[in-house]
Amino acid sequence: MRRLLVALCFALVPVLATAGGGSNEALDEVHIDLSDKASLQRGARTFVNYCLSCHSAGYMRYERMAADLDISDQLLRENLMFATSKPGELMTVTMSDEGAKDWFGVVPPDLSLTARSHGSDWIYTYMRSFYRDDSTVTGWNNLLFPNVAMPHVLYRWQGTRDARFEEQDGVQEFVGFEDRALGELSPDEYDAAVRDLTNFMVYLAEPAKLVRYKIGFWVMVFMGILILLSYALKREYWRDIH
Amino acid sequence: MAKLMDWIDDRFPATKVWQEHMAQYYAPKNFNFWYYFGSLALLVLVLQIATGIVLTMHYKPDVSLAFASVEYTMRDVPAGWFMRYLHSTGASMFFVVVYLHMFRAMLYGSYKGPRELIWLLGMVIYIALMAEAFFGYLLPWGNMSYWGAQVIISLFGAIPWIGEGLAEWIRGDFVVSDATLNRFFAFHVILLPLLLALLVYLHIVALHKVGSNNPDGIEIKKQKDAEGKPLDGVPFHPYYTVKDFFGVSVFMALLLAIVFFAPELDGWFLEKDNFEPADILQTPPEIVPLWYLTPYYSILRAVTFEWLPGGAKLWGVLAMGFAIVLFFFLPWLDRSKVRSIRYRGWMYKTMLTLFAVNFVMLGYLGTKNPGYVDLIWFKNVVWAQIGLVIYFAFFLLMPIYTKLDRTKPEPDRVTGP
Repeated sequence: MRRLLVALCFALVPVLATAGGGSNEALDEVHIDLSDKASLQRGARTFVNYCLSCHSAGYMRYERMAADLDISDQLLRENLMFATSKPGELMTVTMSDEGAKDWFGVVPPDLSLTARSHGSDWIYTYMRSFYRDDSTVTGWNNLLFPNVAMPHVLYRWQGTRDARFEEQDGVQEFVGFEDRALGELSPDEYDAAVRDLTNFMVYLAEPAKLVRYKIGFWVMVFMGILILLSYALKREYWRDIH
Repeated sequence: MAKLMDWIDDRFPATKVWQEHMAQYYAPKNFNFWYYFGSLALLVLVLQIATGIVLTMHYKPDVSLAFASVEYTMRDVPAGWFMRYLHSTGASMFFVVVYLHMFRAMLYGSYKGPRELIWLLGMVIYIALMAEAFFGYLLPWGNMSYWGAQVIISLFGAIPWIGEGLAEWIRGDFVVSDATLNRFFAFHVILLPLLLALLVYLHIVALHKVGSNNPDGIEIKKQKDAEGKPLDGVPFHPYYTVKDFFGVSVFMALLLAIVFFAPELDGWFLEKDNFEPADILQTPPEIVPLWYLTPYYSILRAVTFEWLPGGAKLWGVLAMGFAIVLFFFLPWLDRSKVRSIRYRGWMYKTMLTLFAVNFVMLGYLGTKNPGYVDLIWFKNVVWAQIGLVIYFAFFLLMPIYTKLDRTKPEPDRVTGP
């Protein structure tokens, strides 16, 4: 009986260890910290200024973002709301789908949930994988997402660079980047900016995450006490049985 | 108070029911860990119905609104995210509990006479639960919802002659569409909850008629005291109500830990691809059902032999259906003289262990690409084929090995937990 249990537990170990089926792409790890309000605010600024012009975040309200990130109403209206004057509105995009198709060939996807559907590492890696490629329509390409329709929106920050490929066994292997022109930010500053953006998008994908862990901690404390009390009660009742 | 109770009892058997099913219902005193899962299953059913009612208040069964209405619940409804995570975690935990509950029955021979009907009703509950989960999974209208439903419904298309028509009838359209979403909503929130409530009621009535089995697999009713009470029995209330309350606290702590700290459980309870709205033009990289259905999905995909008459798909569907139906025959396939694994021989012990490990393996393989190697040596599909053979061998050879198995003598009295 006990052996059976142990065997079952062992059978579960490899299942849990490789749970969910990860992707095979090599992604750069990003450190997410939702308690870092300053980082979330910087990420929000980047997001609203650069992403929201073409992408929507259509499940999110400006007001909610401001409240969650400690952004004042005035600051919100002056610096973060370009498409509307009502803070209660959803963060939609003013560009029409037809226009988007004309300009990019596709409608840029909504970004509300990208951090949940692709993961934070994916966003972080993606934003750091652009390079110049004169063979594409936009003049940009991406190592993580080859032939993506999106141009490098943050190129002024990162600068422009080429990707060098070498043919190995008939396959083009990426060997490194070569800078064409330096950007306004140093590589470290750029990484930090993209990290802030990613951090914000993790929040954007699940605003409840800001409170979930905090409430969860107290719930666990309560459940711990309940377990102790209910066990003591059970023991008291069962004392005369065995 | 006593007068009020008399007044009620003259009109409704309140005290009688309470006595018969709680205060004077004698349950064996030696229930162990495995006996928590019956009451926990009932708890999760109540949890699912309660959270489901709240979710229904904010959900819109319309393909253009469904996905957004779930996100609205997650963001704008106060504590909506909590209700949604309770419901999604509860769904998976329901299966965790039910699988352990079923495994308990197999450990201690609870399905054997005179408890065949409890087992059969339980199996119908299990199938109803799978249907409930399947219908519910379409409702968020995520991309995996959509393609999962598309694949599962298309399985009916493998049935000769009537298959395509049947699949179309289920969908109400040629593809999964608004019509499908609306009827699945009706099934998920009305039909199956009603059916489940009724079946659970019958399951418990049948149980209380014959009394609970126990880890020793012996009848406590055979040894009674002067008053006619079973010597090894204790009144369900208060003994098992307080014990189950402890079980409930531990279980809820686990469930809430998942809800608050890992609601996606790394893709096992909420899949990444379902955070993208359904897209008829974009198939997810791997279309897989959630984990609780994957053992059968593995069996379906293990049948790759195109030379079979009617094609591999038909036989895969048959194998999958047969795999579930075989559970119903367990009371009659098992020819052992004893119920509990404690007094069975090495053959049943080996086969049950193998079956359990194999079931987990099939479940795991069902989430993976059949062409890859995720275990050792062979491709996943080969392991699934080995798993399929073990699965069916467990049931089909059961009359032989349970008969041959050398059993130990059962005690007269229960031996403690």
